Amino acid sequence: MTLEELRALREQKKKELDRRDVSGKSIQIVVGGGTCGIAAGARKTHAAFLDELEENNLTDVVVKQTGCLGLCHAEPTVEVMMPGMPTVIYGNVDDAVARKIVHKHIMAHELVNDHIYDRPAVDIIEKGGK
Amino acid sequence: MHFSVGDFIIDLVDNSLEADADLIEVKILESDTDISVSLRDNGKGMDQELLSRIRDPYYTDGIKHPGRKVGLGIPFLIHAAEQCGGVFRIESVPGEGTEVFFSFPADHIDTPPIGDLAETLSDVVLKPKEYEAVLLHSVHDGSGEWSYRVTRSELIEALGELESVVSQNLVRRYMASHEEEIQGKEK
Repeated sequence: MTLEELRALREQKKKELDRRDVSGKSIQIVVGGGTCGIAAGARKTHAAFLDELEENNLTDVVVKQTGCLGLCHAEPTVEVMMPGMPTVIYGNVDDAVARKIVHKHIMAHELVNDHIYDRPAVDIIEKGGK
Repeated sequence: MHFSVGDFIIDLVDNSLEADADLIEVKILESDTDISVSLRDNGKGMDQELLSRIRDPYYTDGIKHPGRKVGLGIPFLIHAAEQCGGVFRIESVPGEGTEVFFSFPADHIDTPPIGDLAETLSDVVLKPKEYEAVLLHSVHDGSGEWSYRVTRSELIEALGELESVVSQNLVRRYMASHEEEIQGKEK
């Protein structure tokens, strides 16, 4: 692939997006990295989010890979911010859990209770969550 | 512990960005005998005393995470390189930057897998900060040498931004197309 081809692909995707008027612009996913995250597989988690979001046409979501979020025991950790949902830090997010977060949290607006490690008040989390 | 050579590279890139580098050069050279990586940044650098301490897994500057007592990135890499007869070198000048070189012999049983380099090189450019990254991947064997070079700025120029899922996936496809090309020529 050349840079020209890359540019052309971007233009094509942009047109598709404009047509659909995607409302995902303010959704942000931050994947924790750092030594602990990398060792626990955070890079695969990041790739899983990118794959699953694209497959579901949620292509305007912002995904960032950052440093350690401070919960090394629960790596890979992921922070999800979006309108209408509490900001949540999920832990132990492997490939499968990442895809679950896309479907449940982002698309269905439901918390993925078993993997919550920080942020929402205790009364929001259903029984059995951490 | 890190799984692949790519994991070590990303860990070092994180270090460079945390040292406020805005230029990172990564060179990956693969040959029949070894795989070597050199990484150079223009971050704040380290003095001799600090350089000697980063080898210690119980040393960290404690700035990012107050109270933490370990810093495992570099010790992981030294351990991995030494246990299979590889090389690890680090040089640094305060105020100028740091250069890291490491290599693994191709045929040692404990040499980590190289990993998916298309994903690794994508991860090198996809960090959410402002910086330039210059990537070079070169493969040479008995029959010749192939390489490609990518810069972060040319990707931003082509894509507009590197934050959206669209752009990040296009970067991954772009890197994968380069990797397929040189890996296809390899054998």
